[in-house]
Amino acid sequence: MHGRIRTWGPGALVLLPTVLLLGYFVYGLIAWTFNTSLTDRHTARKGPVNYVGFENYTNLFSEDRFLNSLKNLGVLTVAFIVGTLIFGVLWALLLEKGVPGESVFRSIYLFPMAISMIASGVVWGWLLNPSQGDDARGLNRLFSILHLNFLENPWWTAGSRWTTMMAIALPAVWQLSGYIMALFLAGFRGIPPELREAARVDGASEFKLYRHVLFPQLSPIALSALIILGHMSLKLFDLIYAITGPNQFRTEVPSIYMWNTLLRSDQAKAAAIAIVMLAVVAVLVIPYVAYTVRQESEE
Amino acid sequence: MRGGLSKTLAVLGAAGLLAASACGNSDDGGSGGDSAASKDVTVFTWWADGGEKAGLDGMVSVFNTDCKDYKFVNSAVAGGAGSNAKQVLANDLQAGKPPSTFQAHAGAELRDYINAGQVDDVSNLYKDYGLDKAFPQNLIDNLTVDGKIYSIPANIHRANVVWANPDVLKKAGIDGTKAPATVDAWIADMDKLKAAGVKAPLAISKGFAQEMLVEAVLLADLGADKFKGLWDGKTDWAGADVTAALNKYKTLLTYTNADREAIDWPDALGYVNKGQAGYTLMGDWVAAQQLADKVPDSAYTYWPAPGTAGNFQFLADSFTLPTNGADPDGAKCWLKTVGSAEGQKAFNTKKGSIPARSDAKPEDYPKYQQTAMADWKADKIVPSCAHGAACTLGQNNDILSALSQFSGSPDVAKLQSAIGAAMKTN
Repeated sequence: MHGRIRTWGPGALVLLPTVLLLGYFVYGLIAWTFNTSLTDRHTARKGPVNYVGFENYTNLFSEDRFLNSLKNLGVLTVAFIVGTLIFGVLWALLLEKGVPGESVFRSIYLFPMAISMIASGVVWGWLLNPSQGDDARGLNRLFSILHLNFLENPWWTAGSRWTTMMAIALPAVWQLSGYIMALFLAGFRGIPPELREAARVDGASEFKLYRHVLFPQLSPIALSALIILGHMSLKLFDLIYAITGPNQFRTEVPSIYMWNTLLRSDQAKAAAIAIVMLAVVAVLVIPYVAYTVRQESEE
Repeated sequence: MRGGLSKTLAVLGAAGLLAASACGNSDDGGSGGDSAASKDVTVFTWWADGGEKAGLDGMVSVFNTDCKDYKFVNSAVAGGAGSNAKQVLANDLQAGKPPSTFQAHAGAELRDYINAGQVDDVSNLYKDYGLDKAFPQNLIDNLTVDGKIYSIPANIHRANVVWANPDVLKKAGIDGTKAPATVDAWIADMDKLKAAGVKAPLAISKGFAQEMLVEAVLLADLGADKFKGLWDGKTDWAGADVTAALNKYKTLLTYTNADREAIDWPDALGYVNKGQAGYTLMGDWVAAQQLADKVPDSAYTYWPAPGTAGNFQFLADSFTLPTNGADPDGAKCWLKTVGSAEGQKAFNTKKGSIPARSDAKPEDYPKYQQTAMADWKADKIVPSCAHGAACTLGQNNDILSALSQFSGSPDVAKLQSAIGAAMKTN
């Protein structure tokens, strides 16, 4: 008996603080939030609350504003992931082919990630000024100086949901493409050179080499990139808030709607939005975690 | 040896912790005894810099002479219109640790605190300090909720003011000194400006500036009584007269700058000052901004928004008496200063607003405030939703969201039903 404790005791002791902290501050508070979302705590007023079941959720899903924010989020996520992957992979390919001063380019592409989103959001808010023609400012001004006037557009302030949210995705793409580049570059570097040599000896063209030999090796990296970008996009708040401010219907996503709801002390509704957001992220992350756990146990 | 080292480190670490906690204790001891702490009056505001800070300092100097027994403790949280401050305050109130007194927009915005049982009725202070005589009855009516008053206003701002560039107007043959009589006449003037080459005659910015314009159009079209009814439920939001007014607002938006969703009110004012636009509608804090920016008096004119002459759309910053505050007597002394003639003078001459009391002397104030004070006495007083006099935070939040949607894709029916729905919530 004493011997058994000796083997697992120290390990458990080391883990205990983490388990306690995570248990309370993450899972305990998730449970607390979920509990709040089932009540009618719609004001700051203290006093008894009643449980109303899933009424807050059914109300949310019959509300224009919330559905609008979910659709915005969907479009934003697609635009953000596609844009970031295209630029990230492109830059990784270019650097992988070997250019002089590779480390300089690598740093340049990575730097945007070092800037906090609230700071870059303020600047992008200025860059995405919707004025056109003689009054043009920001990027539109740059386009008109370069005689690319046809590129001038109202950015997020007018047009369809797609153009609106693509304009919002643009700064996010700028900020995170470098990170995806770094991921893929590491992936390329991790492939043993023998594989390339063998393919070349067999007479594979450069395109075939990438298509059939290198890219298949990178699928785990692509999956990680997808998960990382996906959950970042689903939680995105600061960038959008800095660019458009609160209460902007056109660009509102659930995280911003939650903030607005909490500001008016509607705690139950805000908690319900938070749980919906958690569920959306969980749909993305849990299969990934299950997949990696299975892979590791197979190995 | 290894065990010995780690033991030594553990002892050293523990000693360090003890030392740190000992320091903490001595710091706490240094802040003074209990008797002194109870005389502190913690005043929570969002007046952290500029003219607002200067105004607060003026008020504090009056407080220091009138309330010698108490010590003013500044608890200001920076951030425009209290956006950050309201979060901090909500936390303190939730935790049951209210400041001695806090700043809030007078009127409906207080309803959140009243409903939550976080502020006390101060009606009896109005009688004690003679404020029921000093403030216009019209204002007191606007502040009264179910027969009770929950705050004492420190100042008054006017929302329905149009600021114009007379040089730009002259080019289109418009007399800048006179306000157009109606919204339609105003639109006709904007057509003239467009013909004279001013592409966006009406400069406007995002969020509450658009809300203020909607309110001004509604006030002009419906008149003071029906306009007030919109906010207290007596006027139907679905009415045809509201539809007509919102259609005029839609027309007005076509005369505004394309970047309205991306700029703030000082930028819109800048368009007018630079001659890019003819008009902007904004509250009378513009006067203080123009003074600070050294824009000469001759470079701009101002008048009540077209069709709203004779109506003073007000908003007011006020102070409350939180429930279960630490030292209500100190807080009451602060409230007395806030309502007093000297306190209001010291505050308002610096902040650029006008005193809520009707017995103030106009000659103590700059030029704009003198005209505003005359109007404050003579005009009908109506509340502003955008600045919390007529709407709660939640209603405001929903209306702003509906207006931002309208700005991108104008649909009058949708806007009308959205605002109507917003006013039915808390």
